[in-house]
Amino acid sequence: MVEEEGFRRYVAHIILWIGIAIVAFPVYIAIIASTQDNALIANGQMSLLPGGHFFEVYYQTIFVGTSGSTREPVGNMMLNSLVMALLIAVGKIAISIISAYAIVYFRFPFRMPIFWIIFITLMLPVEVRIYPTYKIVADLHMLDSYAGLSLPLIASATATLLFRQFFMTVPDELLEASRIDGAGPLRFFWDTLLPLSRTNMAALFVILFILGWNQYLWPLLITTRDDMQTIQVGIRKMITTTDALTEWPIVMATAVLAMLPPVFVVVAMQKLFVRGLVETEK
Amino acid sequence: MGSLHLPCVPTNPHSPFPTRYSPVQSMANVTLRNVRKTYPGGFEAIKGVDVDVGDGQFCVLVGPSGCGKSTLLRMVAGLETVTGGEIDIGGRIVNQVEPADRDIAMVFQNYALYPHMSVFNNMAYGLRNRGMKEAEVKTRVDEAARVLELTPMLERKPRQLSGGQRQRVAMGRAIVRQPKVFLFDEPLSNLDAKLRIAMRVEIRKLQRRLNTTSIYVTHDQLEAMTLADVLVVMNGGQVEQVGNPLAIYEKPATTFVASFIGAPPMNLMSTRADEIKSQLGGAGEAGILGIRPEDFVITDQTPAGGIALPLTVEAIERVGAETFVYGTRAQDEQRVAATPGELPPGEVIVRIPGSVAPPIGQKIRVAAVRAKLHLFSGDGRTRLGA
Repeated sequence: MVEEEGFRRYVAHIILWIGIAIVAFPVYIAIIASTQDNALIANGQMSLLPGGHFFEVYYQTIFVGTSGSTREPVGNMMLNSLVMALLIAVGKIAISIISAYAIVYFRFPFRMPIFWIIFITLMLPVEVRIYPTYKIVADLHMLDSYAGLSLPLIASATATLLFRQFFMTVPDELLEASRIDGAGPLRFFWDTLLPLSRTNMAALFVILFILGWNQYLWPLLITTRDDMQTIQVGIRKMITTTDALTEWPIVMATAVLAMLPPVFVVVAMQKLFVRGLVETEK
Repeated sequence: MGSLHLPCVPTNPHSPFPTRYSPVQSMANVTLRNVRKTYPGGFEAIKGVDVDVGDGQFCVLVGPSGCGKSTLLRMVAGLETVTGGEIDIGGRIVNQVEPADRDIAMVFQNYALYPHMSVFNNMAYGLRNRGMKEAEVKTRVDEAARVLELTPMLERKPRQLSGGQRQRVAMGRAIVRQPKVFLFDEPLSNLDAKLRIAMRVEIRKLQRRLNTTSIYVTHDQLEAMTLADVLVVMNGGQVEQVGNPLAIYEKPATTFVASFIGAPPMNLMSTRADEIKSQLGGAGEAGILGIRPEDFVITDQTPAGGIALPLTVEAIERVGAETFVYGTRAQDEQRVAATPGELPPGEVIVRIPGSVAPPIGQKIRVAAVRAKLHLFSGDGRTRLGA
């Protein structure tokens, strides 16, 4: 056993490195391809080493856009995606923490039926209810707007359930102590529950931001104007399947740019995120 | 009701509490009149309780778990609704008053400190919510912290404190409010035995100094005996007996009180057993006889009017200063009414000083004098004689 220890460690490490290589290689290719000349890629002669067009390609991608299918600068697309993802993440957290608060701490008529209705919506993702949702957004004249992009995705059963579970682990005595300390429902929510939910909110924010950032179907449906395009939709539009030549360096640069905000959010909030998932200390 | 007269100490120059802590600021009797609590399901948790706690008195509610003592306290606090009767704090009926407006402060069993707030903020929270000026908040919290020796910990979070320190923060949160009434819900049961005794003394001292009316819930009869001016023994949602702790100890009104107050519990035996019947004569037909373990003496004589029992020693417990002898009576008897803390039928505990005890298996005779006999009716609900 003891002699095997070193050997086993090497095997484990080799397997892990193979895993990392498999995951990382496409990302590497994307980064490399975004610095190459388009003609080289089109010929299938792409080198695995960085090319010399880094600044030129990224400048064009961010500020100019492709010359073909969608002429929107990717910078603008990123802004759209960022606004949408932030609205969705913040909106979902705000709505669901409030509804969970109502469900856990207040006794009102039809409390449990309402809870179950929220629960059932878990089984109805956007794709299933996409026609009625589209109709409502269209009737409210919210097509091609940030409101239209984010509002329908904000109501969230998952986050409501998560906060409900968390609130139910908060000792009742905290509420009672607050009542004796003269804190009304709003004060208790603001002074005690919100600070205690901080790590949960951070974990949810990471998950929901990425979820919002990666939306494809819904933005595709309700945005028609190029300047309201999100980056995920934009990438797809850049890849032409007709006779025009796809500008691969720009596509790849866009893909790399699309990766950055989620990576940034995860790295920035990693500590809180992990604590939010594992912490039980009250 | 037996009530201790509390010495007033308002102008002690060494008192850490300046004049605004003086006990004259408000009279706060707490009076419960026929208080009832029936849950929506129909379960009757409190079946009509009458208690009167005088201003500055320390009232302890004691009873086995599930007897309704915590529910009653929470009703006084306003955390549970009152479904019948009246709760009167300082001359005001508070049945419909919000907890924050009852002028009470409560110490919870698990302390219920706000985990994200510093010790200072935990104590200051209630004051700030009442719109008190920050300077005054600081003065009060600093004073309380000094009394409770929490000054070096004011900036720490509750999770960085030990159990005893958290307990003191919870106390601090109560005293900065300078309420009319302190409510304690088993505040010491999360502490280890040694600390519990130390904190028990602290609480009593603090209460005497502040002279604030207090209601304290515990299931620990020792805590109850040592803290109370007024002891309320509860069972099954009802008050079994109210009074001075020693008076209750000396003259328990029911067999429940007799076996609950005092450790080890009072020996209860049916007076129908022949040996007892013959010795008691006419007194206590078909009743229950109670004798405290410490009232027995190992002797061959029978005191006049008293009682003597032959026992076989079954077990010995030596705790140093005293020894408990577990014996069985010579003849079996019918089971006495079931009460908590009751011994198996025929078993008798004798408490003797020192550590010299008869060997196991030996037959001994124990006796108790007439004045130490407690006689109860057959159902255990009524005390017979004085």
